[in-house]
Amino acid sequence: MFAYEFMQNAFMASTFIAITCGLVGVFVSARGMSFLSHTLSEVGFAGAAFAVFAGISPLVGMLLFTIVSSIAVGKLSVKASRREASISAVSSLFVGLGILFLSLSDSSSSYATTILFGSIVGISRGDVWQLVGLAGAVLVTLCFGFRSLAFDSFDPDGARAQGLPRNLLSIYFLLILAVSVSIGAQIVGSLLVFILLTLPSAAAKYLGHTLPAMLAISVGAALIGVWLGLYLGYITNWPVTFFIAAIEFGFYFIALGIRRLRD
Amino acid sequence: MSSALISINHLRFGFHDRPLYSDLNFTLAQGSLTSLIGANGVGKTTLVRLIMGELQPVGGTITRMPGLRLGYVPQFRNIDSEYPLTIRSFVQLNQHGLWPWHTRAEKQALDAVLKQTELTERQHQLIGQASGGEKQKAYLAQALLTAPNFLILDEATASLDVNTKTELMSLVRQLNRNSGLTVLFITHDLQLAREYTDQYLLLTPDDYELKPTSAMDMAKMPPELQPAEEVQ
Repeated sequence: MFAYEFMQNAFMASTFIAITCGLVGVFVSARGMSFLSHTLSEVGFAGAAFAVFAGISPLVGMLLFTIVSSIAVGKLSVKASRREASISAVSSLFVGLGILFLSLSDSSSSYATTILFGSIVGISRGDVWQLVGLAGAVLVTLCFGFRSLAFDSFDPDGARAQGLPRNLLSIYFLLILAVSVSIGAQIVGSLLVFILLTLPSAAAKYLGHTLPAMLAISVGAALIGVWLGLYLGYITNWPVTFFIAAIEFGFYFIALGIRRLRD
Repeated sequence: MSSALISINHLRFGFHDRPLYSDLNFTLAQGSLTSLIGANGVGKTTLVRLIMGELQPVGGTITRMPGLRLGYVPQFRNIDSEYPLTIRSFVQLNQHGLWPWHTRAEKQALDAVLKQTELTERQHQLIGQASGGEKQKAYLAQALLTAPNFLILDEATASLDVNTKTELMSLVRQLNRNSGLTVLFITHDLQLAREYTDQYLLLTPDDYELKPTSAMDMAKMPPELQPAEEVQ
């Protein structure tokens, strides 16, 4: 299997993406932002469609759209009660734009399918380095604000009492999330990138009782999902995304079961 | 006499159409243990926010002693039964080192605070499944982790049963006596204020008083603060 360069590329890219999404996902889950990560995936689709229309790289289009819209959501939803409505509003606009750009650019429907469902085995070595670079940038950025972000995510009332710059932290995290969505979409597709951002961390929430344990479980579940998904996709010729979704669902389901048994 | 940690002089503050204080004057001495009492809406939390510097006075001054390190334990926390972290991990959130991993010195400081708040044995319990008293102790421990010399507790005992209240207040008083921690304890509970704090600051809609709790005259306290009469 590893004799093929496309499989080597796929494993390298997905390893870095799984680590990034697994780590970032823990904060997505703690901050109650699963819905936003889903929305950003749709926004990523619009970004990629725009890129095709404008003749730029899909990844650049995705980054541009997800970053702009995550900041827009952050600014629009200062009050938590307004967040859901703001997210819905921003996502409707961007999905509409995605459809518009796709129709304006005359590209075939197969291209739309690629954006939505991913094409891990279709990425080149150059793409891999680009993804590794972006994933590395996310990890380094995450490292620097880690403690404050953890405090604000797991105990917002305590973080406020300690006078942490919560608005700044929120924007900082939204940017990290936007980049994670854009790179994650390269393997599982923009429609399902939230799988890697929400399910491994949701499983980790039930199994890990400390922050390091949650991070390790989340990254582990994401890695097993993408590796096993790629292998099963290789031997069956079924879509990799399907296997990743099914495996991550399995992890979540098992974690929930273990938690129930413990209670 | 010990020096003043906080001095409030001619403080005036209010929100738009609702004046709260017109001329508030008091000092909190280093090492004092004070309860802040008053009915709902009289401006207890607002006063705390002014002391913390979150709000600016309309008139007058608030002088903070140089070197003041303030710890605040807020009234509300959103911890449900599915909350993932243990007591230890929760308390640890308030350590602000640059790197994600904790140093040995940080772990030692955490151990010391857990011991001080009598949580050592229960530190690996999930906080979402801990008792109300353990939760409050964990909130207290988290605030103590930055080694404050002035601690503000906002209605910390509001949701606790009598025994747990007593236990928590004994702990707070112990911290005050042993470590010289200055404490401002916001409460509705006159009995608790009288029993466990040295002085009280009573806010009423048009006045205030700061007196030793030994001089507290229950009969003269605002009716909203009177303990509920026991049903026979």
